Amino acid sequence: MAPTMISPDYYLMLSLALFTIGVIGVLTRRNVIIILMSIELILNAVNINLVAFSRLWGDVNGQVFAIFIITDAAAEAAVGLGIILAFFRNRETLLADEMDLLKW
Amino acid sequence: MSQLIPPAIIPYVMPLVYAVVIVAVLPLMAGYIVLLERKVMADMQARLGPMRVGPHGLLQPIADAVKLLLKEDIIPNDADRFMFYVAPLVSVTMALLAYAAMPFGPAFQIADLNVGLLFILAVSSLGIYGIVLGGWASNSHYSLLGALRSAAQLVSYETAAGLGLVSALLLAGSLSMKDIVQAQADQGVWFILVAPIGFFVYLVGSIAETNRAPFDLPEAESELVAGYMTEYSGFRWSLYFLAEYANMIIVAGIATTLFLGGWLRPFPRLHQHLIGTSLELLDALPSLIFIAIALYCFRLAPRQPVRIQKLVMAAAGGLCLLLAGAMAGSLFASPAVMQGVHGGFWFMVKVMAYLYAFLWIRFTFPRYRFDQLMRLGWRFLIPLALVNVMGVGTAIVLQQLWGWDPRGAELVTLAATIGVALLLAHEDEKPASQPLAEGE
Amino acid sequence: MFSHTVFYFFALLAVASAIMMVTRRNIIHSAVYLITTLLATAGIFLQLDAEFLFVVQIILYVGGIMVLFVFVIMLVNLDVSLRLVQFNHQRFVAGALALILGGQVFIAFRVGRGVLPHPVLRSMSPKNTEAVGDALFTHYMLPFEIASILLLVAMIGAVVMAKRRV
Repeated sequence: MAPTMISPDYYLMLSLALFTIGVIGVLTRRNVIIILMSIELILNAVNINLVAFSRLWGDVNGQVFAIFIITDAAAEAAVGLGIILAFFRNRETLLADEMDLLKW
Repeated sequence: MSQLIPPAIIPYVMPLVYAVVIVAVLPLMAGYIVLLERKVMADMQARLGPMRVGPHGLLQPIADAVKLLLKEDIIPNDADRFMFYVAPLVSVTMALLAYAAMPFGPAFQIADLNVGLLFILAVSSLGIYGIVLGGWASNSHYSLLGALRSAAQLVSYETAAGLGLVSALLLAGSLSMKDIVQAQADQGVWFILVAPIGFFVYLVGSIAETNRAPFDLPEAESELVAGYMTEYSGFRWSLYFLAEYANMIIVAGIATTLFLGGWLRPFPRLHQHLIGTSLELLDALPSLIFIAIALYCFRLAPRQPVRIQKLVMAAAGGLCLLLAGAMAGSLFASPAVMQGVHGGFWFMVKVMAYLYAFLWIRFTFPRYRFDQLMRLGWRFLIPLALVNVMGVGTAIVLQQLWGWDPRGAELVTLAATIGVALLLAHEDEKPASQPLAEGE
Repeated sequence: MFSHTVFYFFALLAVASAIMMVTRRNIIHSAVYLITTLLATAGIFLQLDAEFLFVVQIILYVGGIMVLFVFVIMLVNLDVSLRLVQFNHQRFVAGALALILGGQVFIAFRVGRGVLPHPVLRSMSPKNTEAVGDALFTHYMLPFEIASILLLVAMIGAVVMAKRRV
């Protein structure tokens, strides 16, 4: 069966849209948990890009790289949330504006 | 069949037919499994169980369903309405979605995915959200605590159960459910005989996955009220309930497919023929089983106290005789029909046996406390599952690369795994025997 | 035609859920919308014949990472956070910069299409899981081991960070 794929442009545009939304989320929200979730969104956008090109080139390396990115995202989310919990216990706040301990 | 429907749309029509059959039959089956559970519980407690609603309580599930549908729908005051509506739907949807990849027989499968087993595991892990969001949306401390505990338990035992499945996957060599059963047919042995520890790990893991006793702390009645289901009443509660029993059938189906040979009969490669014909002796087993049940029903029928119960027992006996006839008759039909009918029969028998094991374990063991539960999961079951995977892998390497005899390799690694399991169990006992409140 | 419809369904679901995620006031609703985005992404992976990645995305991302997020959100739940200002005071500049970044990348795509040679679609092995497994355990063995050590370190770090000091 001949391989079929709609033009990779579609996937590139989708990936770009998700990436931009993720960047807006990181830069504009105050709540650190939503900032972390927006970072996950950015990583997903990159994954879509990788898998689309892996399909185009018929190469499985793109998918392997995407698996490593997912693994990395898991580790980062775990540590990030641990830090947020520890910070929350000390300062009772979840807002990025108020996490300014280094300021005097 | 292909004369009634144009062949071009068969791949689209048959899955739809199967899906409709499953969605229509499943709530009824879940209801009757509840009745079965109550009857088995009664039998183990030397009493009779529901006998009033319909002869032998056979209409009890219908009465329960009608009651649940007519109950008032209460939503707590400050509950998050959207989540409250959506949470039971998520549970039920994920439970039903898993049936898409489950093979009920050689011909009855909605979709034979290449990654069917992983798909079912993935969808089961999505069912956690139904619990967590439901507990959250109820805006009540008990619900939230019960939901978090239940989710923690589910996540822990999901890992253990998955690792238990990996040991059977090593032997099967493919993730497609059909291929796994085919591998058992090719090797002529059910994988439970080759990887029994994997089956044990999966059994314990699946009991915890479905929140059944002895792991039902999050939803037991004497604990956190009813855990995450506390604030749900009427139809919403029955959706959670349906999700739980549908999940039970799914894990039984996975265990059957991976460990118990799926739709294969016992000794699938033993072809002892009836002298002079092409019928195999072992293929007469379904009919013999049904005839035995029918004789038992006929023996019990005269002893029933009430006339309607006598009639129903006799009718059950008659039904079993009819089914025995159908099983025997299908032997003379085309091989595809015979495979389908007998395959379906063996699959249902094995699923029922696994569910019976669930019920039996429920009414035998006391409930685990939550910290004991988590310790069992993380400190006994997951190391045991990992060692088991290593053991099965070693057995395969010994047999393929170094040419050992397959049974010998498996026995040696099984002995090693059991040794490790005993070590783990012994090491685990010491902290629990110390008094709990010790300055912490 | 059919694949276009499927793609548009998943793409619109992903983008709409992402926008909802970034704009909600209630953190749990944001988490649920991120879950829907991730599921739509998994659908895109399935459409791209990456069936192993499809299930890995669901098991790991939705069934693991998002459960972690939901747990932490429930543990640090602040009722008062629903009434605070959600967007910080650099939102207009940041939003504009993000859109400019997006526009730049978009222009790069359009310009690059004319410059670079358009690749020909090649076929991929139908046994996707076996191929990924082969690649992971032969060519990518070292990154695989490093990733497992990374996960171990992250596990220890998360436990240490989140433990209560007695």
